[in-house]
Amino acid sequence: MPVIIFTEHSEDKIKKSSLEAVSYGVALAGKLNTEAIALVVGPTAAPLSQLGEYGIKKVVHANDTAIIASDTKSMAAIISQAVDAHQADVIIFSNTLTAKGVAPRLSVRMKAGLVTGAVALPDLTNEFTVRKTVFSGKAFADVTILSPKKIISLNQNAFEIIKSTGAAEVIPFTTATIPSSIKIKKVNRMAGEISLAEADKVISAGRGLKGPENWGMVEELAKLLGAATACSRPVADSNWRPHHEHVGQTGLAIAPDLYIAIGISGAIQHLAGVNRSKTIVVINKDPEAPFFKAADYGIIGDAFEVVPKMIEAIKQLKK
Amino acid sequence: MKILVCISRTPDTTAKIAFTDNNTKFATEGVQWIINPYDEWYALVRAIELKEKDASIGIHLVTIGGAETEPIIRKALALGGDEAIRVNSIEEDPYFIASQIAFVAKEGSYDLILTGKETIDHNGSSIGAMVSELLDMPFISLATKLNIEPTQAIVTREIEGGEEEAEISFPLVISCQKGMAEARIPNMRGIMAARTKPLAVKEPQSAEKLTTTKAFVLPPAKSGVKLIPAETPELLVQLLREEAKVI
Repeated sequence: MPVIIFTEHSEDKIKKSSLEAVSYGVALAGKLNTEAIALVVGPTAAPLSQLGEYGIKKVVHANDTAIIASDTKSMAAIISQAVDAHQADVIIFSNTLTAKGVAPRLSVRMKAGLVTGAVALPDLTNEFTVRKTVFSGKAFADVTILSPKKIISLNQNAFEIIKSTGAAEVIPFTTATIPSSIKIKKVNRMAGEISLAEADKVISAGRGLKGPENWGMVEELAKLLGAATACSRPVADSNWRPHHEHVGQTGLAIAPDLYIAIGISGAIQHLAGVNRSKTIVVINKDPEAPFFKAADYGIIGDAFEVVPKMIEAIKQLKK
Repeated sequence: MKILVCISRTPDTTAKIAFTDNNTKFATEGVQWIINPYDEWYALVRAIELKEKDASIGIHLVTIGGAETEPIIRKALALGGDEAIRVNSIEEDPYFIASQIAFVAKEGSYDLILTGKETIDHNGSSIGAMVSELLDMPFISLATKLNIEPTQAIVTREIEGGEEEAEISFPLVISCQKGMAEARIPNMRGIMAARTKPLAVKEPQSAEKLTTTKAFVLPPAKSGVKLIPAETPELLVQLLREEAKVI
């Protein structure tokens, strides 16, 4: 019966996207009159009992040091053991890079219909129907899960974190060891950057900036606002910025609260990746730029004049 | 070494997205169809690059779809696939599709199965991982680099905030994204050769459906842009704070 939420952690903190998934799982469990259980896999010093502040009463912690996140097979096996042990019927993921490898494996393992990229709670009056993004954010589909067991992978920034009070009970969970077939050779992590997928504010720039040497003001604006930086495809293709910053149809699809596009014309492929952002600001010197049609606020002007003035105005505000 | 590349047909990236039949079907009128960009640019082209270094590699393609998918299969053959299999079904449930690919993969005993990271229409990002589970193989998602050695693959994949390099023994399944290969277009020789390359059509095997799409919805249109004069960006900052409440 219960709803299990696969809860990810990084650097001894529960990830923001997982808190969204937890809030979603707790809300769904309420609708289904059942219990929401958070499942945490792998060792972490994150204070798991604090998940109670998000409505969780029970945390199941598979505290096995041997598990690596990339090993999707072991990860799916562990989750399915926890699902069986608690007779859960619904499993919630945040649609992260880890979930993309694990959730479909679990779907096969448990014969549980999977909806990835969900943006709202299931409609229970219409069987069990979940709204998800399709056509790279240009539309939504209402997908009905037909199987008794169900898996939902929730898009990031699609569901509000709901605070509650209380502490959760943390129950250790021992799983059978599964030998890994994957040998990790090396890991490169860019320290200190805000994860683009999780960021609630994103400052993005395009070819209008003329060259990589002009990104200083973009980075400064991002830093002031606590935002992540992103870019358009031509910018990534020209290696002005790293590929993982590319947002759009063939890059990352994001949905922050605030998306500021500087010197990006707004080709349909770019819009597809960002049009779920709650507030879109476009700064472009071309009044014909298609991006203005998709924007909430716009400035027709030269980025090299407008952005420094914005930075000054924000600094004033912070004083 | 045998590689199976999974190919899907999708609307062109600039296609107008609209729906018919009471919003239950994608409106296909006037739509140009392409090979799903992730399947083509990254999965297929990387397989071709590997074959260019080692001619003994065989590249097979698999598509689940009706006869209307054959033009994109021929294009994939023109780029450099050796032969193709089309499973004749228009089902769209990911579990059903993954099951069909797994049946094909079992028959062909492939060392490496490549997919794109997702299709640009369904955005499911689930077929590769499902196939790997059905075949009990390792799965590497969102790979940005792939090199092969006689018994194993060396794969770099995207992880949150960085990348990770791993070694995995064959057989395995990999989903591919940007970084894997350089996009190319088929040449005339490839197009001519593709006409006579084998394209086998198989009927689907029975498999369950775990999901069904009921309807589509278009997002509400934006109410219109509020323009702020270029001389007063501070007004924008004020609106973002007081009206939009985002900073």
